[in-house]
Amino acid sequence: MAQENNLLPSGLPRIESLEMRGIVKKFPGVLANDHVNFDVKTGEIHALLGENGAGKSTLMKILYGLYQPEEGEILLNGRPITIHSPTDSINHGIGMIHQHFMLVDNVTVAENVALGLKSSRGLRLDLDVVSARIRELADKYGLQVDPQAVISKLAVGERQRVEIVKALYRGAALLVLDEPTAVLTPQEVDDIFVIFKQMAADGHALIFISHKLNEIFALTNRVSVLRDGKMIGTVNTADVTKADLANMMVGREVLLTRHRPPVTVGDARLEVVNISANNDDDKPVLKNVSFEVKSGEILGVAGVSGNGQRPLAEAIAGLQFVADGQILLEGQNVTNYTPAQMFTSGLSYIPEERMHDGCIKDFSVEENAILQDYVRRPYSNWIFLAFNQIAQHAQKLIESFNVKTPSRETPIKNLSGGNIQKLILARELAREPRVLIAAQPTRGVDIGATEYIHNQLLHQRAEGLATLLISEDLDEVKALSDRIMVLFGGEVMGIVRSDEVTVEQLGLMMAGERAEQVFAAA
Amino acid sequence: MQKSKLNRQFFDRLIDALMPVFAVLAAFAVGAVILLLQGVNPLEAYQAMIVGAFGSKNGLADTLVKATPLLLVGLGIAIAFRGGVINIGAEGQIIMGSLLTTWVGLQLGEQVPGVIVITIGLLAGTLMGGVWGAIPGYLKAQLGVNEILSTIMLNQIAIQIGYYLLRGPMMDPAEVAAGTNIPHSARLIKDIDMPRFTDIAQSLGFTQSAKDLNIQGFLGELYGVLVEPTRLHSGFLFAIVMAVLVYIFLWRTTVGYRIRAVGLNRHASRYAGMNVKRTMVLSMTLSGAFAGLAGAVEILGLHHRMFEPTAVSAGYGFSGIVAALFGKLHPLGIIPSSILFGGLLVGGDKMQRAMQVPQVLITAILGLVVLFVVSTDYLVRKRQSRRVDTSKGKDEKDEDVEGTAVPTTKPEVSA
Repeated sequence: MAQENNLLPSGLPRIESLEMRGIVKKFPGVLANDHVNFDVKTGEIHALLGENGAGKSTLMKILYGLYQPEEGEILLNGRPITIHSPTDSINHGIGMIHQHFMLVDNVTVAENVALGLKSSRGLRLDLDVVSARIRELADKYGLQVDPQAVISKLAVGERQRVEIVKALYRGAALLVLDEPTAVLTPQEVDDIFVIFKQMAADGHALIFISHKLNEIFALTNRVSVLRDGKMIGTVNTADVTKADLANMMVGREVLLTRHRPPVTVGDARLEVVNISANNDDDKPVLKNVSFEVKSGEILGVAGVSGNGQRPLAEAIAGLQFVADGQILLEGQNVTNYTPAQMFTSGLSYIPEERMHDGCIKDFSVEENAILQDYVRRPYSNWIFLAFNQIAQHAQKLIESFNVKTPSRETPIKNLSGGNIQKLILARELAREPRVLIAAQPTRGVDIGATEYIHNQLLHQRAEGLATLLISEDLDEVKALSDRIMVLFGGEVMGIVRSDEVTVEQLGLMMAGERAEQVFAAA
Repeated sequence: MQKSKLNRQFFDRLIDALMPVFAVLAAFAVGAVILLLQGVNPLEAYQAMIVGAFGSKNGLADTLVKATPLLLVGLGIAIAFRGGVINIGAEGQIIMGSLLTTWVGLQLGEQVPGVIVITIGLLAGTLMGGVWGAIPGYLKAQLGVNEILSTIMLNQIAIQIGYYLLRGPMMDPAEVAAGTNIPHSARLIKDIDMPRFTDIAQSLGFTQSAKDLNIQGFLGELYGVLVEPTRLHSGFLFAIVMAVLVYIFLWRTTVGYRIRAVGLNRHASRYAGMNVKRTMVLSMTLSGAFAGLAGAVEILGLHHRMFEPTAVSAGYGFSGIVAALFGKLHPLGIIPSSILFGGLLVGGDKMQRAMQVPQVLITAILGLVVLFVVSTDYLVRKRQSRRVDTSKGKDEKDEDVEGTAVPTTKPEVSA
């Protein structure tokens, strides 16, 4: 209907084309964008791909008016425009959906959308007008959004729809989607992709930032790959393979498949017997969970986020009180040990929130290398820290795990996500654990580092380590695990051999069906 | 090109380093306007201030005398901040420390050799301040009570305890006999005075005055401070030694490492197996201990008796926070910063007398200094974080988790 007059469903004109030409952005010591050319057309979903630090965000921040480029120009429908601030950008019809939602939790959808905009009634609120417009937009775009709903009551997927409505409300014809699926469940990803495709079909232009290759193939028309600030190339998605893109991104051959050789498994290292636990509000988060992990085995834990994975890891690590049941580490009862006792008993734990729980970002690489062991020899001598030993240890971790850092004294926050994760993994493995819990070990980590981390986990498996791998990335779980346990609502839906189960079957279990039902149906 | 980049970096750092100086100058500039409105020539006023604080041996001595409690309190404040807790209760801790020190001095004065009484007195003050700091620390760790509120409340309690003791059991018997009932204790015996600089100089054989040696000008005054009789006492040296020890403690020992780790990110510290609650109580206790020590030094080095509690603490518990922030919460940085603020306090007094400006105006100018210093601190941190951001030039989106390079005053109720 809108097609004939070149208007979008929202009633606004399309952006026929947007072009960024010869963009140069320098930061002290880094050429973040080196003569980058990029363009996007109406009706297109264009992926912007690159590892952390490749310059994707810089380019998009320039488009959104957050940075000013040193050189280059931006053309809208063939005419040069200047963007000095996000307001300019919004006025030109450019909208941005940030990875972390920019919503005020304790007010309604309508209030969030109206936030920062002028009311049509001067000093009085016009939330009814806003609500009506939201309903109209939601209707035209097939986005289920209730203007009266309070944000904190909404699921993550719903909040994302609110962000989209917010951008549309502000007149976005071109949308920049910054890793929009990072926080979504597989089902929510499917839903949102339908919406994105419809928006493109309606004449919107979409820029999709991601480093998940599967999603790029599922969604986009073209892909542009950035590496080290340079545009490596723009290709039609249909013309390339995943391996091609990975190679463009990393600059070398990358193995996307993992080789998991047979290993003779040994004795049970970690036994969890019927444990139950409650959260701070006294709601059960784990119900009668039982499993064991043997030496030389990786047990994957799959499940939609928030179904007990984190409490499980924390219960084993001594961070979550176990109300009932037993945890045995190499036969020794370690139920409700303190974290420090768990670490001395042979546990290593890579927490899922790397920057929050896994390291201290203002501490140097060196100081982070001894986070658990700072009181132990050889890192301390009586009450003093033994700096020589600490430096040697940090150097060993950096070298053996190929951590890229300017120096041992650099604050860890200056490292990329992948390198921080490599250092944490190195630290945990250097403690020579008997059991390792790896929670989301590659989330937000670039392809190169992911490959490295996966290979290390497999290497440790061959050395006899018992690993509990918790991940929301089903491909990762399937590729690395010998067996997979699915959690739903704090309960075990089943434990299956990973080469005997399909992703679809896992999906059903993640949605709450027990393994027996799933396999009986098959 | 490489060189110009280096120059720019150097220049950036230089500006950051000089920022506090700019802050003080800016505060003085605004203060000058206020002085002008009062009909006072600001140049003369500031001259009176600077000369008053640093221009004569007595001015210098007073500056250092005031710097001593500022430095000790500032060290305690720095430990608390580094440990991720905030101690607004140094006033009360000073008072409690000085009360116990006085009591020890009164009880032991006659029977035990002076050196031992001084040592026990200092320890007693430290201990009492530590207890007064441990209470809010424990309340925060175990019950989630906001330490800002509890420390302020404890200040009031300490003041009232002080009045009770000074009007009752600790009141100077002479006052009781005379019936004047001024709330102060008896003077402690001279044997337990912390030695003054002049006493130390005499015992080292420096007996000639600047005039005898014919040393002129500022050097003469400086010599005078060290050798001639002034109020300056060994507490100042003691405080500097403490600053070095706190530096070693925070950056070279395992406990210091733990305190800093908990202060920067208590989640990661907990995940690493550290006892976060115990560490917070420890930070608060140490913080209070240093304030208590400041009180003990004031009694043994300067006042030699306990009198009105708020006159003993004299606002050092609050100015010490400013001195600590101005010194970037670094034990060694707090040394010059406490001398500067000691100078401002003394110079302010002198300016008031010389120029006939009202006392509140001095307080206002000091307040301006505080305001500007704290806001430039924010500015510097922002500049630094922008540099870090840009130098890595990466699209890392890890969320800002907890604290910044210097823990900000972020009240957090839950433990």
